[in-house]
Amino acid sequence: MSTSQNTIKRALCSFLPRDAVLSSKEELHPYECDGLSAYRRLPLLVVLPETIEQVQRILTTCHEMKVPVVARGAGTGLSGGALPVEDGILLSLAKFNQILDVDTDSCTATVQPGVRNLAISEAVKKHGLYYAPDPSSQIACSIGGNVAENAGGVHCLKYGLTVHNILKLKVITIDGELLTIGSDALDAPGYDLLALMTGSEGMLGVIVEITVKLLPLPERAQVILAAFDNVEKAGDAVGTIIANGIIPAGLEMMDNPAIRAAESFAHAGYPTDAEAILLCEIDGTNEEVSEQIMQVRQLLKNAGATEVRTAKDEKERQLFWKGRKSAFPAVGRISPDYYCMDGTIPRRKLAHVLKRISELSQEYGLSVANVFHAGDGNLHPLILYDANIPGELEKTEELGGKILELCVEVGGTITGEHGVGVEKINQMCVQFQTDELRQFHLVKECFDPLGLLNPGKAVPTLHRCAEFGAMHVHKGELAFPELERF
Amino acid sequence: MSVGDSRQIIREQVLAAFDRKMKLHITGGGSKQFYGRASYGEPLDMRNHSGIVTYDPKELVLTVRSGTTLKEIESTLASEGQLLPFEPPHFGEHATIGGAIATGLSGPRRPYSMSARDCMLGCQLLNGKGEYLHFGGQVMKNVAGYDVSRLVTGSMGTLGVLLQFSLKVLPAPGSMITLVQEHSVEQALNTMHRIKGSPLPVDATCYHEGRLYIRLSGSAGAVESAKSQMGGQVVDDGDRFWQQLREHELDFFKTEKPLWRLSVKPSTPALELEGEQLIDWGGAQRWLISELPEQEIRTATADAGGHAILFRGGDRTGNVFHPLPSSLMTIHERLKNTFDPGAIFNPGAMYASL
Ligand SMILES: Cc1cc2nc3c(=O)[nH]c(=O)nc-3n(C[C@H](O)[C@H](O)[C@H](O)COP(=O)(O)OP(=O)(O)OC[C@H]3O[C@@H](n4cnc5c(N)ncnc54)[C@H](O)[C@@H]3O)c2cc1C
Repeated sequence: MSTSQNTIKRALCSFLPRDAVLSSKEELHPYECDGLSAYRRLPLLVVLPETIEQVQRILTTCHEMKVPVVARGAGTGLSGGALPVEDGILLSLAKFNQILDVDTDSCTATVQPGVRNLAISEAVKKHGLYYAPDPSSQIACSIGGNVAENAGGVHCLKYGLTVHNILKLKVITIDGELLTIGSDALDAPGYDLLALMTGSEGMLGVIVEITVKLLPLPERAQVILAAFDNVEKAGDAVGTIIANGIIPAGLEMMDNPAIRAAESFAHAGYPTDAEAILLCEIDGTNEEVSEQIMQVRQLLKNAGATEVRTAKDEKERQLFWKGRKSAFPAVGRISPDYYCMDGTIPRRKLAHVLKRISELSQEYGLSVANVFHAGDGNLHPLILYDANIPGELEKTEELGGKILELCVEVGGTITGEHGVGVEKINQMCVQFQTDELRQFHLVKECFDPLGLLNPGKAVPTLHRCAEFGAMHVHKGELAFPELERF
Repeated sequence: MSVGDSRQIIREQVLAAFDRKMKLHITGGGSKQFYGRASYGEPLDMRNHSGIVTYDPKELVLTVRSGTTLKEIESTLASEGQLLPFEPPHFGEHATIGGAIATGLSGPRRPYSMSARDCMLGCQLLNGKGEYLHFGGQVMKNVAGYDVSRLVTGSMGTLGVLLQFSLKVLPAPGSMITLVQEHSVEQALNTMHRIKGSPLPVDATCYHEGRLYIRLSGSAGAVESAKSQMGGQVVDDGDRFWQQLREHELDFFKTEKPLWRLSVKPSTPALELEGEQLIDWGGAQRWLISELPEQEIRTATADAGGHAILFRGGDRTGNVFHPLPSSLMTIHERLKNTFDPGAIFNPGAMYASL
């Protein structure tokens, strides 16, 4: 045990129970990475507090001793946001797992950050309510992690992202101050710190309590599966549905490699010869669903679908979704490793982007399967690779980087819902200019002037961008020309 | 699409103000001058920075310069069967989108659909150093960088000059009718809560003087079936009622006395405060006309999990918005200072020290 580890441990153990501080290699191992397992590091210590006061004291102690702190929910993040730092502690919120209050009149629930996303919907189902954002990882991921990443899900097209579905947070800043952000009303006085905190990747404070909005369970939900012999037609069909005034509850697309992987995994009845399928879910009142299902079926046929199938019952509806929601693990079965990208693009650019991805895939000799939150333009290309082949991970990361830069080029973004973390930190230099990055750093300093919370994540230093820019001369223009090179 | 990119001129004014340590008072159509704390400074007129930049109905995204009038935006959207989901109040013919976003005000549909900040996808602004900054984007999902576009929504122009926005738009409902039911205030609040917790196609509710107004919207079949399920009289000119509510043109709002907006936890029972009240947003927004001392109103609202705004009238130099705890105020002051280090923009419009 190094001295600094010892000193910090002693300081923390003075007020935490012994079993709340982990320090041996074996104990630290499970925390070495999040869902982006290509990056691994051991922290100095892992702490598992269970009260707000303990978190306050941990942060005050770390602040005084200038020790970095990385918060961790369930560790399902896909961008390395919860990757530990070697000279810092990992603060796990796993023990904050209580649903504190459900208010059925206001349609809200107040929960601790370690509560699993799906557990909220399960707990309020008896009141005819649910929590709308449903990331595919919802059985495992924590609501605190969802807030920190502004998580989305297949139902976000109609019901919004995490930022649209929360009302109030209790947050502890690095100096131990407990802040209440937002309110029990629909808005709060002052600047919208609730939005600022959402998606801030553990950089501004530690979230210790969340009040979420609950929605009434729809009277009825129905899903249509449409097959296409051409990806472009499927993409156009998405625009047509929306242009006709219909906002589906979910509108998902998968390309042929993803369809085949999902089908052999989930046996959802997907047509494996299709070039693309769309899953379109309509929910609402009985009448609305009946009307819109007919309308969507017709629109899909007109758009050139080779097959249009409506789930015949709830069981088949669940099965259609199971195929989609298990697309990642399904792809994991057909390849030793896969790398999940997360760009968003304006939907009209879909055909162009998919064509470029397939060209890049050939150029790099790596297969790509595409899963797509088509309704809101959020693309998840899954790059298949084998980490045991020397150099293949590096090649994969390079291809991934190219795909993200392509998203920016067509007017989109490098991350729709998984966050920047450590993974996309270089691409931040492509998406943002120097002044914007500088403004981000200034915002961070308003909360954490010493930069102790999750250092090295989410926002690149300007020097890093200068280095990255020197490697990536884009269209003959040097990025960040005003910064010195080294 | 109209042209009217005045960024250069605006930037020069900002740089000059920064150099000469002057203050700027950012104005759009002037329709919401009554709102917020009294501010001062050289006028910075945004009306020439106007025009719809891109609008593709299939993408559900509108990109627009901040000086564009709400009227122009709404008629452009209507021609494609779409609307601004937050139903912004205009409060005057010349209201601009910049003013709507800077005040962050939303209309009757808000609790059932989206607020101004919910619709915000990306914005371009000029900070107090005259730097063009672009945050968010033109796509629905975007978590790259801190969510500054939503941070500046409702910031009363104190963080920068808002130049351009990308906003989420939605299809207009196919069918809309308004029902009215006679209720006591308790019954009305109960009904509002029941509606919120059930999958009925309701997108606005308002209670005043014994009458609960309910707007049904959605497909024709859904509206028809909800109508027979819920009962009540159909209001002839329902659209007009909601427009008058949104624009504060109902008789209730015609007063010289101070008008308070109380934003509370929706399940809050009827608030016992001296004065006239009107309830909307499913119980989450209570309008109060009252000459009670400020503190009494603020305490009652804070006890109800919310906050009070002196919306119109009264003393515009005091606390118009609800005072913040000092820990939050410190963060506000730091944020203000990083965006606007010369304290140029709309001094004091939100809080005295911002
Ligand atoms: C199979 C699979 C499918 C997925 N599908 C989706 C999807 O559909 N949509 C989607 O959005 N994401 C998806 N994800 C990504 C991931 O599940 C989400 O990002 C999720 O929100 C992370 O939650 P977590 O509790 O695991 O957070 P972690 O991974 O533990 O942490 C994520 C980030 O949040 C910070 N953090 C965690 N808790 C707190 C807290 N209490 N206070 C402050 N900061 C905190 C961490 O420091 C880190 O930066 C998927 C992941 C997997 C593995």
